This record gives sequence, C-alpha cells and structure tokens, in this order.
Amino acid sequence: MRAMVYRGPYKIRVEEKDIPRIEHPNDAIVRVTTGAICGSDLHLYHGMMPDTRVGMTFGHEFVGVVHEVGLSVQNLAVGDRVMVPFNVYCGSCWFCSRGLFSNCHNVNPNATAVGGIYGYSHTCGGYDGGQAEFVRVPFADVGPSKIPDWMDEEDAVLLTDALPTGYFGAQLGDIVEGDTVVVFGAGPVGLFAAKSAWLMGAGRVIVIDHLEYRLEKARSFAHAETYNFAEYDDIVVHLKKATDYLGADVVIDAVGAEADGNFLQQVTGTKMKLQGGSAVALNWAIDSVRKGGTVSVVGAYGPIFSAVKFGDAVNKGLTLRMNQCPVKRQWPRLFEHIRNGYLKPSDIVTHRIPLEHIAEGYHMFSAKLDDCIKPLIVSSAS
Amino acid sequence: MKGKAIMTEAPTPYIAEKRTPMESPETLRARIPGWGVDLDPADRPSFPREQPGIQTGAHWDFPERQPESWPREKSIEHAFVTPVFGTSTPPAGVSGAIRKYAYKYSEGRAAHWLLLIAADRVNAWEHHLRSFATLSPDNPVTETGVLSEPARHGLRSRFGSKRADVNHQWIDPIVVGGPWVLAGLGAVAAVRAVARRVAGRT
Repeated sequence: MRAMVYRGPYKIRVEEKDIPRIEHPNDAIVRVTTGAICGSDLHLYHGMMPDTRVGMTFGHEFVGVVHEVGLSVQNLAVGDRVMVPFNVYCGSCWFCSRGLFSNCHNVNPNATAVGGIYGYSHTCGGYDGGQAEFVRVPFADVGPSKIPDWMDEEDAVLLTDALPTGYFGAQLGDIVEGDTVVVFGAGPVGLFAAKSAWLMGAGRVIVIDHLEYRLEKARSFAHAETYNFAEYDDIVVHLKKATDYLGADVVIDAVGAEADGNFLQQVTGTKMKLQGGSAVALNWAIDSVRKGGTVSVVGAYGPIFSAVKFGDAVNKGLTLRMNQCPVKRQWPRLFEHIRNGYLKPSDIVTHRIPLEHIAEGYHMFSAKLDDCIKPLIVSSAS
Repeated sequence: MKGKAIMTEAPTPYIAEKRTPMESPETLRARIPGWGVDLDPADRPSFPREQPGIQTGAHWDFPERQPESWPREKSIEHAFVTPVFGTSTPPAGVSGAIRKYAYKYSEGRAAHWLLLIAADRVNAWEHHLRSFATLSPDNPVTETGVLSEPARHGLRSRFGSKRADVNHQWIDPIVVGGPWVLAGLGAVAAVRAVARRVAGRT
C-alpha cells in the first residue's frame, strides 16, 4: 500500500508499505477513503514530540471502509463505512469505564501520562496512522462508528478530532449564559471552539490569531469578534481594555505547542526542542482571563517542561481545565447539531490533497501558505 | 466626595456589575444558529467529566493480550506491557539503544524525554545515511515539500499582512538544510584528505 512516512524533522515522503495485519482479535483493518492533516501533526513533523521514529505513518483523522475484522469483532463488518476517533482506547479500564477515553490505560505501554493516538509517535503508543491507504484500528467494537447515511464524508472526517476537540474545549470552560469567551487560535479547533461557545450561551466570543485570513474565517464562520495580536504591542492589555479591565470569564487555548508571539519561546520550543512547546498562547490565556476565571487547554503540548506562568495562575485563583478530547462521547450531541444545521464542519476545509502530494501539503499547512486552514488527504485514485 | 468624582471620571470604574452592554439572548439567538442550545450543562456530553458506567462497546473486563513480536519497550510507571500496543517501527541501531536506555527512566525524569529527543535526531541520520545505499535516497527538496512554494503563493502568503511567524521562519531552512550542508562539506573534506594521502604515496 502507499503510505506517508516520516523521514526526520520537516521531511516526509510516500512509500510502499505492507498492508497492516490483524494483531489482536478485536482489530479491524480499515481502507482509508479520506484523511486529514491536523495542526498537532505539525508538532510531529517538526520533530518536537519525543520518540517520533523514522518510518512511522502519521494521521489520526480518517474515515474509511472496513477491509478486514478480527475474530472477536461484533459491531462491524467488512464493507461498513466507518469514522474512527483519534483516541485508541479499550473501553474497559478504570479511565474508559468513566468516559475518559483519551486517558485509556490499556493501549500505550510507552507512557502512562497519555493514552493511545493513531500515528502520533511512540509516546502515544506507537500506532501507525491513517495518512495511508490502510490502517490498523484496535478495539474495533469500541472506537469506530458507522457513518450515518445522511452524513457527508468530509463532515465525518472532521468529527474524528477537530470538531469534537473544539466542542470539548468550550465545555471545559464551564461557560454560563452571557460569559465573555476568548479563544486563542483561529485554526480548525479554535474555530470550532468559538462556534461551540455560542451554543453554550456565551454573550461575547473573541478570537485571537495573527493570520488575517483565519480571523476573517472566525468572523464569517464563528460569528466572532477578532483581533490580530501582531497589530498590538501587547494583546493582553488590549484584551483587558476590551473587557472592562477585568479580563474574560473563560479563555480557551486552541493553539498549543507552536504558538507565535514570542521569539524566545518559539526558538527554544519549536526550533531547539528544549521545551514541550512554545507556551505563548497559554501564558496569554492566564494573563487575559479574569481572576477566578477558567482557562481551558485543548492545544497539544509535548511532555517536556514548558515555561508557563504558573504563579499568575495561582495568584489569580484560576481554574485550569484540560485534556485530550474523548471523541466518541461528543458524537451523539454533535450529530444532532449538524442535523439541526447549527454546525457544518466541512465549511472550514480549504484544501484536498492527494496522498502522493502529502509532502507539499504538510509544507503548505506548516508555513500557512495559500490561506490554508484545513487540508484533507484524499486517496490518490480520487 | 473627591473619591466619588474620580470614580465617575474613570473610564471603566471597578464596580460589581460589568458595564459593557451585551447583546440580549433574543438578539444572539436570532443572529447565531443554535445559540444557547447547550446552555444547560446536562446537555453537554462531557458534563460531568467522569460518568461511571458509560457504555463503551467493550465486551471484556480485561482485553485479550496482543502477542509481542519483540520485547516491547515500556514506561517503568506501567505494571506491564499494555494488552494492546502499536507495532510501528521497532527500535533499532544506535537510536534504538538510546531509546531502550531512555525507558529506564520514568516519565517524570527529564532524562527520559531528552534521551528520546536525542534518539530521534540520531534515528533520522541513521536513515538518511542508509538511504544513500538504496535506490530511493533521501531527497531534502522533495521531502520538505518546498516545491509547493510557488504553486501555493509563498511570497504573497507571507508578506502584505502582519504575520508573527515570518520573524522565525528563516530559521527553518537552517535547521533542515544546515546539517546537510555540514555533512556535505565534511564529505568533501574527507575525500580531499584521502586524495592527498593517496597522492603523497605516489
């Protein structure tokens, strides 16, 4: 089969690999029909995630058709169209049985601090991902779901991570009616978080980024008030002015490890890999939320220490809430919102790239060229 | 009285009620599709955070164990190799030895992560060098995707608006290409040294 393969920082190519095989009775092999590049894939691409090995195939956002099932699989059959959450999880451990699917304890021997994620380094379990023609899907009776007949394939692929993560990020904010919500990052997750904040009754939603085309999308897609932090000497002061010098009630960090806005953080975090990430957005979140407010973190960070302004978080009495999203928990409610017309996930898709051209796709997405917001990976045949 | 006068002059006095007028719920509902449909926390799927007894589809108490094809490296914070795990890219070579050593340290130790990062860099060079003995050597031009720059409007995308990342993007070619240039110069120097030695003998 053809598969994207990591060759070292900033370098990938498409190679011929063996089709994955059933390795556990509850495995399925899925033929990928549509995948995506996630902003968090860029952390791997840039060599920031420890234990990212040459030869690994990335990709944790994908949908496809069941090609083969293991002996104990009961809920899926060959030929089913399925959407697969980015979480690999067992469904039965202490964490899964409480709904914390992203914190599963039975799928990642390499680390206890994180569950399993497709195509996301050995730190997340060492599973090859879905930027390939086929992918192994463990616990086929637990993670994947059949794609409803009414659902568009591109909406389905965005339901495997980006939309649920944004929706989850808004939930972590514990928004109450009339709250002022600031979202750092106008990428896919930030756009969905902003949109979700309205569903939860926010009175004002402000999105911060430095890319004008993304802020334009935040205005048109997420009905948000927007500010370009590159146009202000100090975006925190600007946000204080805009919120009666109190600060926002809720701030959502939808940026994560490669935040811009501070040269030193960028160089030490993303170029030299000496931090778990550039914590600029997180620090701005801590600074711009009001005292007693809530900071929700759904941006991805590496496991190494990061320079975070923790003292201010303590002194302001903040509630910090964060996690990787337990995707499948979000699906029933998100399906309703899509059917009711409140959400149209695929509105944020800007590019559809054949698998064979994925190296160019990564570069475009990484360098933010061509007004790229969300690139999908389509099978080379299409 | 004086204090009160100052209060009224202050553009945003610190008072109990917020002053910025908000749109009414009716206006918001009319303007934004679905406004407030998840106002009740009970309608939010991740509220409360933990939901004991949630249905997952699992029909086992503990999953059957996946066979190990090689001694699987694991965190020492785990009691055992988890019943299911990924089998992409087993550790091999010098980088593999570094990785195995890194797993002697817990996730709480910086040594664990820094050794893994070091192994990643070694791993890349192991494969770059090995690729030169194959029919598909690494090509930093095609593999970095930089050929998309003209087609994807590299210049127009970066300039003409305020972008905060332009101030560090110039470092990327150095990070990526620098080691290749240094390796190339080293190779040239080595060849010259060998040539000089051979010439000296004759």
